[in-house]
Amino acid sequence: MPFLEIRDLHVTFPTPAGHVRASDGVDLEISEGDSLCLVGESGCGKTIVALAVMRLLPHSAIITGRIRFKGEDLLGLGESRMRRIRGREIAMIFEQPATCFNPVLTVGDQIVEAVRVHGERSRKAARERALELMSMVGIADPIKRYGQYPHEFSGGMIQRAMIAMALAFEPALLIADEPTTSLDVTVQAQIIELLADLKARLRTTLLLITHDLAVASTLCAQAAVMYAGGIVEKGATRRVFKSPRHPYTQALLAAASGDGSGVIRGSVPELTRLPEGCRFHPRCPRAQDICREAMPAIEDGVRCHLYQHSGVTA
Amino acid sequence: MREVGEAMGPIVQALKKNRLAVIGAGILSVLVFIAVFAPYLAPRDPVELNLAERLSSPSWDHLMGTDAVGRDTLSRIIYGTRVSLMIAVVVTMIEVLLGMIVGMTAGYLGKAVDEILMRIVDVLLAFPGIILALALVGMLGPSLTNLVIALAAVGWVRYARIVRGSILSVKEERFVESARAIGCGNLRIATRHILLNIVTPIIVLATLSMGTTIISIAALSFLGLGAQPPMAEWGNMLNEGKPFMEKAPHLMIFPGLMIMITVLAFNFLGDGLRDVMDPRLKEKVEV
Repeated sequence: MPFLEIRDLHVTFPTPAGHVRASDGVDLEISEGDSLCLVGESGCGKTIVALAVMRLLPHSAIITGRIRFKGEDLLGLGESRMRRIRGREIAMIFEQPATCFNPVLTVGDQIVEAVRVHGERSRKAARERALELMSMVGIADPIKRYGQYPHEFSGGMIQRAMIAMALAFEPALLIADEPTTSLDVTVQAQIIELLADLKARLRTTLLLITHDLAVASTLCAQAAVMYAGGIVEKGATRRVFKSPRHPYTQALLAAASGDGSGVIRGSVPELTRLPEGCRFHPRCPRAQDICREAMPAIEDGVRCHLYQHSGVTA
Repeated sequence: MREVGEAMGPIVQALKKNRLAVIGAGILSVLVFIAVFAPYLAPRDPVELNLAERLSSPSWDHLMGTDAVGRDTLSRIIYGTRVSLMIAVVVTMIEVLLGMIVGMTAGYLGKAVDEILMRIVDVLLAFPGIILALALVGMLGPSLTNLVIALAAVGWVRYARIVRGSILSVKEERFVESARAIGCGNLRIATRHILLNIVTPIIVLATLSMGTTIISIAALSFLGLGAQPPMAEWGNMLNEGKPFMEKAPHLMIFPGLMIMITVLAFNFLGDGLRDVMDPRLKEKVEV
């Protein structure tokens, strides 16, 4: 039984412009202690998947499918049960950590809140735990930092504080949504190192969401590539990045190589008007007639007609 | 609320640099001191009649003179400070409480609840407040309690609007989502994360509208709808001094001055608070 299993997850937002299909049949699984990165361009629905696991999507979202965590169907849980899972079993690190802290409370108070929210610790024990967490994530001089406000923290430090908050209960699953995106390069490297270290030490299962392929390959053993609300390719990170099979993954890697040779023509389809058949066919250099008509199934970790056993092989 | 105190720390620091705000705060501290220690500060009993010394002009014996029945104006002014400040504080507290309850309900629940509550607020806002209060006291009968009820019943709508607006914007802040992600429930988010962030606009509005409330109290008392004689109250004193305006102008000058000074002090402090708490202005200072 997989640790976290996402089956046929559809997330739709009704808007005046039509239904936005932010997640369109996502299938994913992570085994315990493993690490999986979800990569893809901005707007492809990566964060939606994470928020669906946390059950933090807005009420207007229409969610179907199944998310099983340790055998429990998260989508069917009541809000009070889900609240006990959030923070304790599954924790999340957000993008732009500075905006994730309440500006009028000290950072220490907010970490204490994370430590105390499930109501087990006394105020004093919580403070001890908060200080312990702060030094664990490499915040120097935690006692002084404890009483400071979020605006007194640098970008890297506030991300460390956010990680400390997420680790308050040593959650079994840690979801990190673009944890390094808003940081500058040297700080990025430090945060990645910290995450890798914590993952090894606490044996936390990691779901990493990023558009940065370098971060993905450093931190995660498994990779899933997402395009327009669906997974197009998944497998061992090394395999996916070394010998990509889906034309989109190939294009993405070429674009990331940065020599300008691999610009993907066209743009990401609007989620209100997803193309028929394979979502990528309007931009795919190897599109065939069948791509315009039928959505390929995932076979051998890739969703592409080129690799279907019944279809044409490349 | 330890956190509110902590959050206010830097604001107090910044406020000290604003000269008008410091003057406002200084005057208000003096007024509060006068109100609290009125029995010790007043040279005479404010309601003691002395028909031998009717309408006397300011002198060493009576620093602000005496009124038509020989009561010491200074003593009445001092006791009047008590009434004005106390009523203004009580009215404002009721207004803030009502406004917060309604505003938070509307902003947090949204949808139909929001629509209904805000339309009620719109209706109340469409009336000129003082006229509505006048009608209410007229209906309930003139007394200080009814004055409080009428003013509060009219004044809470401003707070409801500002609280609702703040909640709508704070609700969408990412730290609310992140609080949810560590397992915070609705109540904790509403009280700790949202309420704490809307305290500042409420404080600014409350301070600024204290001045208006003091004027309203005086106005309604002047019309005979608030404090009843023989109670000493500034508006009341103006009314009683009116027939003798030419012969004994001090009967109107001193209460008038007190009203002006008090309102001015609240406005100075309120303006200062608003400037300090306005994030756009703050940026300019820091750059």
